[in-house]
Amino acid sequence: MRTITRRVLPGFGLSLGYTVTYLSLLVLIPLAACILRATNLTLEEFVGAAWSPRARAAYWLTFECAFWAAVINLVLGMVVAWTLVRYRFPLKTLFDALVDVPLALPTAVTGLVYANLYVKDGWLGQFLSPLGLEVAYTRLGIVLVLVFTGFPFVVRSVQPVLAELDADEEEASAVMGASRWVTFRHVIFPHLLPPLLSGFTLAFARGVGEYGSVVFISSNIPFKTEIAAVLIRSRLEEFAYREAAAVAVVMLGFSFVLLTMISMVERWSQPHVK
Amino acid sequence: MSNETGPAPNTAATMESFQPRSQAREDPAWVRWLLVGTTYLVIGVLVAVPLVHVFQQAFSAGIAGYFRNLCDRDTLHAIFLTLMVSPVAVAMNVVFGLAAAWAIARFQFPGRTVLISLIDLPMSISPVVAGLVFMLVLGLQSPVGQWLRDHGWQIIFAPPGLVLATAFITFPLVARELVPLLEAEGVDEEMAALSLGASGWQMFWRVTLPNLRWGLLYGIILCNARAMGEFGAVHVVSGRISGQTDTLPLRVEKLFQEYDNPGAFAAASVLTLVAILTLIGKSVLERKVHKG
Repeated sequence: MRTITRRVLPGFGLSLGYTVTYLSLLVLIPLAACILRATNLTLEEFVGAAWSPRARAAYWLTFECAFWAAVINLVLGMVVAWTLVRYRFPLKTLFDALVDVPLALPTAVTGLVYANLYVKDGWLGQFLSPLGLEVAYTRLGIVLVLVFTGFPFVVRSVQPVLAELDADEEEASAVMGASRWVTFRHVIFPHLLPPLLSGFTLAFARGVGEYGSVVFISSNIPFKTEIAAVLIRSRLEEFAYREAAAVAVVMLGFSFVLLTMISMVERWSQPHVK
Repeated sequence: MSNETGPAPNTAATMESFQPRSQAREDPAWVRWLLVGTTYLVIGVLVAVPLVHVFQQAFSAGIAGYFRNLCDRDTLHAIFLTLMVSPVAVAMNVVFGLAAAWAIARFQFPGRTVLISLIDLPMSISPVVAGLVFMLVLGLQSPVGQWLRDHGWQIIFAPPGLVLATAFITFPLVARELVPLLEAEGVDEEMAALSLGASGWQMFWRVTLPNLRWGLLYGIILCNARAMGEFGAVHVVSGRISGQTDTLPLRVEKLFQEYDNPGAFAAASVLTLVAILTLIGKSVLERKVHKG
């Protein structure tokens, strides 16, 4: 079938040619140039720029915050997905729709609103500061906005799997005398593990790349609340392009690793979905 | 949802009876209330309160004050610039999306899988890194940038740079919608058109494109929302000159840094409205696409 259509359908050369040219001009050549720019540095210079104590602190903070945000999302996303699939409650359709908001809301708006809500005398900050919880301009704030931006990923990966789950297995387990918790732990949860993992990786990857919202709510102080993306920006503002490129190459490397992990997780979870 | 065991008659009046389902799948009432309560709290605090807060803050000085803030000269220019940059970037990615979908969904060729993963690549790159990449390639410190300047082209710190950065960030969004749709569509209608003597372009305009129209619109809406809200990449290449290269999200940050909260929230309310309209349009289209 494929080989026949290949000969009959027109436009193969044109469409593939255009696709590859556009991809190269907009994505591949600029990326290659950026990496080349960093390789212009000697190894010592590169390590000095990309692995300085300040840069290491920034990478660590980026991953730490993205990791904890993804962990929190794992729990919250599981609860929300379960509730949305299994229960009926007032305003359910609205709440289901609200889950998608973080995907559509510009990050600058997220940052602005969260910074404003969680300052000491803000709407929500006023309840937290008596408890000794400072959110705005701290690491806690960074984790919080990353929880927001990554929130839909776990919910939306778990939801369809949970909805398609076979009722028979649960019934069999109950009939044979398993408690609800044992049924959940040993019958339902194994099915949810792949989508949970895939949602976790997506939320984590999103958190590592996030910039707009973090810049608002963090004080962006080196060694304390400076994430890698902010470090790149400050290097650029100092016109230290090579140093910026070096840090960017390290972040690009992390992106590739994460991308590979995501596709591995997806390949692993596909058979379970089908 | 099997109902063979059937709920006992005395539970018929309780909440569970909305949906026919066996008791084996029921959670204890306290678990239900706890989980529903958590969901209300999480979505409420995380999403609903911030949404309300945007508009509450934007209108804190009254409707007249809101429009006064919105009609600030630089804010208006930022709105104008965003409305100029996003459609161009979206249009670039629509043409690309159509070409990529046709090549990937209709033909087998070596490197097809590699191409598919390369298309997704820009989405996994941090926006600031994306902006930096264009800075390094087209900025004044690079040979290309100098050549461009000598020939009177300004890309970086000017609208063309904003378009490039935005197109990069939203690169796969249209293609990603179209490829699976075109694959599901099958080739029968196209083959019929061709065998009846249609030219390649006639087939494309009369058969392929009409079949894809809702999916295409869906991709355009998603791509546009992302393009209008793009911050990190644009932040790097814009140079942030007020009234010249500030897009709306950048304007929000500038007003925030100037402690002009009502102004920042007025600008943010426009972006929030775009986001809400996007979600509504998305859910309407999802129903249409699924119906076929």
